[in-house]
Amino acid sequence: MAHQQSTFINIDRPEQGVVVLVPTADIDMSRSPELRTTIRQEMGSSVHKMVIDLEDVHYMDSSGLATLVEAMRNASKSDTKLVICCMNQKVSAIFEIARLDSFFSIVSSRDEAISL
Amino acid sequence: MQDRPEIELKLISDPMYLCGARELVGCIARRIGFDDMDCSKITLAVDEALSNIIRHGYNKVFDRPIWIGISPIKPSADSIGGIVITIADEAKQVDPGTMKGRCLEDIRPGGLGVHIIHEVMDEVRYEKRDSVGMRLVMTKHAPRLEEMPRLSDRKGCCVTKVKTKCLKSQGSS
Repeated sequence: MAHQQSTFINIDRPEQGVVVLVPTADIDMSRSPELRTTIRQEMGSSVHKMVIDLEDVHYMDSSGLATLVEAMRNASKSDTKLVICCMNQKVSAIFEIARLDSFFSIVSSRDEAISL
Repeated sequence: MQDRPEIELKLISDPMYLCGARELVGCIARRIGFDDMDCSKITLAVDEALSNIIRHGYNKVFDRPIWIGISPIKPSADSIGGIVITIADEAKQVDPGTMKGRCLEDIRPGGLGVHIIHEVMDEVRYEKRDSVGMRLVMTKHAPRLEEMPRLSDRKGCCVTKVKTKCLKSQGSS
């Protein structure tokens, strides 16, 4: 079966069982479905840790948040550790507005996320 | 009766145009004097309102009309100014009283848009339009600029602005 390549999410596999998703553009209603599909595909493939690196995301709306909440729930069910890293202040603000900042594992660097 | 907005944008309900609406609103908010974080929050509120119209008002039909109106509130002796953003659609009319954010204790995907709009903006009002559709009117008050840039300051690239944050009229954090 053909594996559809994401157009705005780079995928890195630094270690066995660890996948890093790197969205490279703003996440709004037009891009959240693609992020959701990519997370589901990657979580289904013998991954024990998923890192979502938001360094290149300068804007995210509540559809992006909803995608990450759903990912966190699915990660818990499948014993996958989900860590978010490298958020800028503006993206961080929406997590705080929605009071979801303590719901996620959020760290400042990708290395820290991988070693967590 | 509302005054005609100084800027009007009509777009179709396609999510690919959300970025353009955000850029426009963000640029104008910055020009009015909001700092980067406030500009980002104002654009977030607009984005959430548009997304709600596309998702719930138009049930993801992507060719329906949406109008965005923007007007600055000019500073005066009684007012520190700000921005008024009006968003109108032709979606099914609903009771404005039902447009409330959900409880955040219940952590689940979705349903955050209205909460975010109320959290970010100082005043939020939903109303039915006369014939068809809904209208959302959002206001954000600007920081006070105690020193305005002057043309004579041009030789230096920096003009110091001393900003005093406006107290929100409603008690949100």
